[in-house]
Amino acid sequence: MTEPLIYELSVPGREGVKPPQLDVPPAELPAELLRDDLPLPEVSEIDTVRHFVRLSQLNYAIDKGMYPLGSCTMKYNPKVNEVAARMPGFLGAHPLQNPETVQGALYLMYHLQEALKTITGFAGVTLQPAAGAHGELTGVLIMRKYHLDRGDTKRDIILVPDSAHGTNPATTSMSGLNVVEIPSDERGNVDIEALKTQVCDRVVGIMITNPNTLGLFEEQIEEVTQLIHGCGGLVYGDGANLNALVGVMRPADVGIDVMHFNLHKTFSTPHGGGGPGSGPVGVAEHLVEFLPGPIATLVGATDEGYPVFDLHKPEKSIGRLKAFWGHFGVLVRAYTYIRMLGDAGLRGVAEHAVLNANYLLSRVRDVYPLPYDRICKHEFVVEGKFENAPGIRALDIAKRLIDYGVHPPTNYFPLIVHEALMIEPTETESKRSLDAYAEILLKIAAEAQAEPELLHGAPHNSPVRRLDEVTAARNPVLRYEHEF
Amino acid sequence: MIIDENARYMESHEWARPGDGVYFIGVTDYAQSTLSDVVYVELPEIGDRIEKDEQFGVIESVKAAADIFSPLSGEVVAINERLEDEPELVNASPFEDGWLIQIKPTQLEDEWDTLLSPLEYKEVVEAEEASH
Repeated sequence: MTEPLIYELSVPGREGVKPPQLDVPPAELPAELLRDDLPLPEVSEIDTVRHFVRLSQLNYAIDKGMYPLGSCTMKYNPKVNEVAARMPGFLGAHPLQNPETVQGALYLMYHLQEALKTITGFAGVTLQPAAGAHGELTGVLIMRKYHLDRGDTKRDIILVPDSAHGTNPATTSMSGLNVVEIPSDERGNVDIEALKTQVCDRVVGIMITNPNTLGLFEEQIEEVTQLIHGCGGLVYGDGANLNALVGVMRPADVGIDVMHFNLHKTFSTPHGGGGPGSGPVGVAEHLVEFLPGPIATLVGATDEGYPVFDLHKPEKSIGRLKAFWGHFGVLVRAYTYIRMLGDAGLRGVAEHAVLNANYLLSRVRDVYPLPYDRICKHEFVVEGKFENAPGIRALDIAKRLIDYGVHPPTNYFPLIVHEALMIEPTETESKRSLDAYAEILLKIAAEAQAEPELLHGAPHNSPVRRLDEVTAARNPVLRYEHEF
Repeated sequence: MIIDENARYMESHEWARPGDGVYFIGVTDYAQSTLSDVVYVELPEIGDRIEKDEQFGVIESVKAAADIFSPLSGEVVAINERLEDEPELVNASPFEDGWLIQIKPTQLEDEWDTLLSPLEYKEVVEAEEASH
């Protein structure tokens, strides 16, 4: 069963909202602003409620079952985060209020900055960036400004490993710099010998993700940061996979100069269809003066001893990156998450995320080819193909998983693995749910050999069957055509 | 897998081939099969100057977007306009109807012999397939 579009439910003249009686003098709208070609749906209240409830029931979410896209996409969002975000003082605050009247909000921002500094070892943090890629842009603009401020104008290259997220080269281009790709070695690390041939006085820095997108710890991370620093460059850490490190390793300690954190991933706040992200950026001491403002700052104390906070912009700031104070509602949720877990709890996040991934890997590794055979961090990448089932691809396996009522993992990323299936269970899954997922993966592998048509035809039980992704991409219909 | 005996190759799976007083450039059969269904091809403009080993376009498939690098330096004298509506030609006919651009080479004598012969390219593909 598929749900019609709300436009298709429309009946002329039907309405769901009764505006209140006019309590101001009526005013005519200017004729040139009136239009009758807006295809707004005409539906009753109950039509609307049922439509959206039905859609929500068709949806698959982490609140419903195993969702191995992991912190890379969205992990479980504890409900207490929502309780905090709905506290009236936070909910009702206006961004144009005088700082004196929103000391509680500034307290939260200041202490979130401090918590992120403690977790990562950095000297300064901005909460401004709207999400991960925005954080990357912030970080690279800071790196660029650092060099320009020293009068070093010849640097125009950012090194990016071939396992990187696609946002890294995109950020580099957005910053007016050029990408040079660094290959991976046979263990899935950055190829140090290849890196050595590229370090020179034109390098702004490197963008590196650790653990990388193969879910592997960059074993020579300190050698990488030393090589880059040796040529005068800076090291950007992509915080996408920080979930594997919180409470265990501080990125600043291995020589990373600047890094963004995805509060909406590592620190469990809803996003995507559920709300905005947040991509704070942390920097080492020598970059603090370039951070974008405003930054929540402790400026003194009241006579009664309460702390007083204000907002300030660093002296050589790259400028504002976002209106107002970042995505404040997300900051509240992330701060709640950090405080609810505490030091030991945060370390437990990383430990259980890594343990769960390795457990699931151990259950399937004899059946699914493993291109880089190592202990993984919070996620692992296998190949979705079998020697005894030549017609089966990762996509078929992903679609067949839907038939078993679970969500498929990321597929076809990272690009350096053919037919990649990237599986990240996260810390919240129990042994029981990991075992259940492993059993399904093993069953599908057996089906691939015995009954491959089951995989080719999947999904069989979903509201829509397999979508024609090729036609959808070649001839996208981007707008609903309304018949009048 | 098809390998055109009259073309020369790059390790990044582009080919170049003389014809009609110009040089045709495209991606190989192996490249198109690895990318799977091509949905969009971004090409330079006629008159653009392109450099050997530098990116001149992008191919998007349902799986990934891949940069395309030029085997030769020169001036773009034609682009395959059919690809705008029929990007699937890259899949169906990578060496013929699915060519990408035609160029007038500027450093042919230096560059042609640095490219891989059909036999050498075949070995590159076999090595790549063995490693995955």
